[in-house]
Amino acid sequence: METLYVVCVGIMTFCGVFLCLRGRTFSVVVGLTMLSYAVNLFLFSSGRLNLNGAAILGMSDSYADPLPQALVLTAIVIGFAMIAFVVILSIRARADLGNDLVDGRDPPDTNKLIKPNRGKV
Amino acid sequence: MSLFWISAIMLVGPILPLITERFGRTANTIFTMLPPAIALAYVASLVPTVLAGGVVVEYLQWLPTVGLTLSMRLDGLALMFALLILGIGLLIILYARYYLSEKEAAGRFFAYLLLFMTAMLSIVLSNNVLQLWMAWEVTSISSFLLISFWSSKSESRKGARMALTVTGAGGLALLAGLLIIADIVGSYELGVILSSGDLIREHALYPVALILVLLGAFTKSAQFPFHFWLPHAMAAPTPVSAYLHSATMVKAGIFLLARLYPVLAGTDMWFLIVSMTGLITLVLGAYIALFKHDLKGLLAYSTVSHLGLIVLLLGMDTKLAAVAALFHIMNHAVFKASLFMAAGIIDHESGTRDMRKLNGLWRFMPYTATLAMVAAASMAGVPLFNGFLSKEMFFAESLYQDTLGFLSWMIPVLATLAGIFAVAYSLRFIHDVFFNGEPVDLPKTPHEPPRYMKIPVEILVALCLLVGMFPTVIVGSLLEAAASSVLMSELPYYSLAIWHGFNIPLLMSVIAIFGGILIYIYRGQLYRFQAQFKETDEKLVFEGAMQKLVSYATRIDEKINNGSLQRYVALLLLFTIVITALPLINLDVADSNLPNQPVSFVEIILGIILCLSAIATVIFHRKRMVSLITISVVGLIVSVAFARFSAPDLALTQLAVEVVTVILLMLALYFLPQKTPAESSPSRVVRDVGIAAAVGGIVATINYAFITQPLDSISTFFLENSKTGGGGTNAVNVILVDFRGLDTLGEILVLGIAGFGIFKLLADVKLAMPSANEKGIPWSEDSHPPILAMISQSLLPLALLVSFYIFLRGHNMPGGGFIAGLITSVAVIQQYIAHGVDWIKPRLKLNYQSLIAWGVLIAAFTGIGSWIFDRPFMTTWFDYFQIPLIGEIELASALIFDLGVYLTVVGATLLILANLGKLTSVYRPTAEE
Repeated sequence: METLYVVCVGIMTFCGVFLCLRGRTFSVVVGLTMLSYAVNLFLFSSGRLNLNGAAILGMSDSYADPLPQALVLTAIVIGFAMIAFVVILSIRARADLGNDLVDGRDPPDTNKLIKPNRGKV
Repeated sequence: MSLFWISAIMLVGPILPLITERFGRTANTIFTMLPPAIALAYVASLVPTVLAGGVVVEYLQWLPTVGLTLSMRLDGLALMFALLILGIGLLIILYARYYLSEKEAAGRFFAYLLLFMTAMLSIVLSNNVLQLWMAWEVTSISSFLLISFWSSKSESRKGARMALTVTGAGGLALLAGLLIIADIVGSYELGVILSSGDLIREHALYPVALILVLLGAFTKSAQFPFHFWLPHAMAAPTPVSAYLHSATMVKAGIFLLARLYPVLAGTDMWFLIVSMTGLITLVLGAYIALFKHDLKGLLAYSTVSHLGLIVLLLGMDTKLAAVAALFHIMNHAVFKASLFMAAGIIDHESGTRDMRKLNGLWRFMPYTATLAMVAAASMAGVPLFNGFLSKEMFFAESLYQDTLGFLSWMIPVLATLAGIFAVAYSLRFIHDVFFNGEPVDLPKTPHEPPRYMKIPVEILVALCLLVGMFPTVIVGSLLEAAASSVLMSELPYYSLAIWHGFNIPLLMSVIAIFGGILIYIYRGQLYRFQAQFKETDEKLVFEGAMQKLVSYATRIDEKINNGSLQRYVALLLLFTIVITALPLINLDVADSNLPNQPVSFVEIILGIILCLSAIATVIFHRKRMVSLITISVVGLIVSVAFARFSAPDLALTQLAVEVVTVILLMLALYFLPQKTPAESSPSRVVRDVGIAAAVGGIVATINYAFITQPLDSISTFFLENSKTGGGGTNAVNVILVDFRGLDTLGEILVLGIAGFGIFKLLADVKLAMPSANEKGIPWSEDSHPPILAMISQSLLPLALLVSFYIFLRGHNMPGGGFIAGLITSVAVIQQYIAHGVDWIKPRLKLNYQSLIAWGVLIAAFTGIGSWIFDRPFMTTWFDYFQIPLIGEIELASALIFDLGVYLTVVGATLLILANLGKLTSVYRPTAEE
């Protein structure tokens, strides 16, 4: 179970980081969303993976660690606020700069772009 | 009263002149003199204690947990300096009242002056090296303000900048040196440091600490090769020069040397560096002073030279030399302050400071001339004046030096040479200005200054004479106290008598006086000789060096800082990889790993779906709608995972946030391009995959490393006390609203701020509205289908009921303010989607901004409420009540807190989403709203 869990966290981190490194704002927003899922799962797992042990007193024999849960709960909400802020920032940036590039201008290596019909005969 | 009162009074001080400026110059001056006068009176009341050998030390706990304690110390050395700083400071204030013209902002000037005085006083009174250093830096800054007081003059600005750069850089070196010393000793307390001299001197880092501290002291005290800033600081108003360069600023470095004398002195390294620096500065300063035509320039280099003398004395290997150094500190402060004031009077009344124009002023201002003559005689070291006594001691000590081995005879010879120059420039100061023919086209006809402008000079000159004639009576005991706190051992025998019989020091004095007269008489030849050298302006050299430095820095900065955020993120991540991967290589936890828990088929399938959707998001990220759908799958499975791993609260929150996030991103997509063009070069893609894979791998490794360790958590406390202490069975909720309520308060505040920030960002945003999707298919005409409208309208009360239920049960069952708020938001947002803004606007008159404000206020006041019951902030209360028909219910103040959370979440979420949606309508937010 643990192995499966960390593999999922790792892959989500990978996808999130890769998207965050893209040059367009929407990809970065999606990447940040993905990264925040991964981070939340990562933090949550510091209370270990418990089955059938919700931190409600009197409902089970053993309890999951409530502390990471409380932290992650607020992290989810704050994470939403952060993503919303970035989204609006990118909308505003597009309105003011006229493009949706993260750098606000064309990337320095535009001339090295993949040609649209490269590889085709 | 305590020593801390001095700091307190002096800290309030700088405000006084600013407030009282409007009551006229005299009232302003009186109020400015008030704080230092009180402080002086208090210090004076402690004089008997200190003279009797006592040391006043006081403590004030500030951050005891990190070992930061404010502490003050008044011993002999501190007393001597405090008296000089406050006494001369008061005279300077009085003098400045007449010096500054009516048009000048005296209030601001006095405020700077008091700030500087406070800082200076804090240096000498602190018993903690960090505190000392702080005050040291404040003197640098406040002296910058004082020197640049006439900020319209270019030379003032440049001089001030030079002083700040040199002394500020020295201050940083000093900090490093003090930290090393404190690290060796294990304490920042001066008392502890002073008593561990041997420990420090024998430590391997002693040379480093010594050089760093000396750098600080030498820059501050204008020692060669850092002496160049001092003459340029003469661009300051004369009262400032008189204060900074007699009793304070430059003496701070000397004070530091004297303060740390018991700790740092006593090694060959100290003697060699300190005495050689002092010797060079002494001779060089005295020589240059002779050639300065500017009155203040002459005095500036003479100050440099005298500071060199004191440093040389401190660097000599005898106890008597240290006593002489302290004595000369006092004498120099007194005669130099009076000379500067006299120079200021001459400048003020005749309009120039150029000694080529100033001649024969005796006829116009005989009284001032007399005062200046006494002070200058003291500077030259003429018998019966105070300067003579300490200079005589200096000559005597210079004879007993062996620092230079067989070359040690050079020290007394060079000392005499400097003495000759000192006599020559003192003579020039008097003879050139007051005699020597007629004045040459002066801007004003000189006359005696106002009565009260002379009083400070008179007092100081009287001191010169009194100390010169009755040294033991006037300063004997003070010097003794100061010397014993510097030497921290038995005082050597010394006598302050004027007459010691015919001996070599007397001969040296005689040579100095007659040699000085000779040099002055034949100065014409010397000037011609000196005129062959090209004069360098340190200002230009310094500014040039600074500009070169800035251009280097700019070039480096431009290389690293190219404005590409993408690149910064990549660099940041690379750095993170390096610093996290290194410890992981050495991490060995495999032994204590717990076995994996069994995994079921469903879980494997869910895991695979999660990973596939995540990867699909990356693959399809250029088709934005598709990537939005795939990422929402990821979010859903994450909430399922929370539910599976015993976190129902998290699952509910994640689910609700997921819905809101998808709506948000959909709205965003309307305003952003629908597709991402392919623009990453293959090498960029490879690089990014590499970085992402490394980060992902490291995160997974760390996660695996701790997830398989046995759990040792502080959460047992929360579980045990959640019912008894917080009154709820849902430990997660109790942590949020009770145990860690303050954190939650901070978090909803952040949420609210984010909401307001978004609102401002959306104000007046100008965007083109697309009328069709990316394939050119126009949007549907029917934007609000009736079926959706009907269903969501009927769902609304149900949804609100659910959210109310979730809110109420939150304390005991999964739920609470956060989740309930999100559910309410989703319900309202759905109405927006189904009906449009036009329909909602008249029906829902909620102001989301005030909702956020109320939410935060309610939460905060619930916390403050506990003060009424005399409990600490955020203490919660709960009790059980019997209500007929319903039965026992529990009421808790945490519920009100949770209401605040609920309102903030609803307000922030709706503020964000509704305003984003409104962009398409006529209700778009504007800057005025």
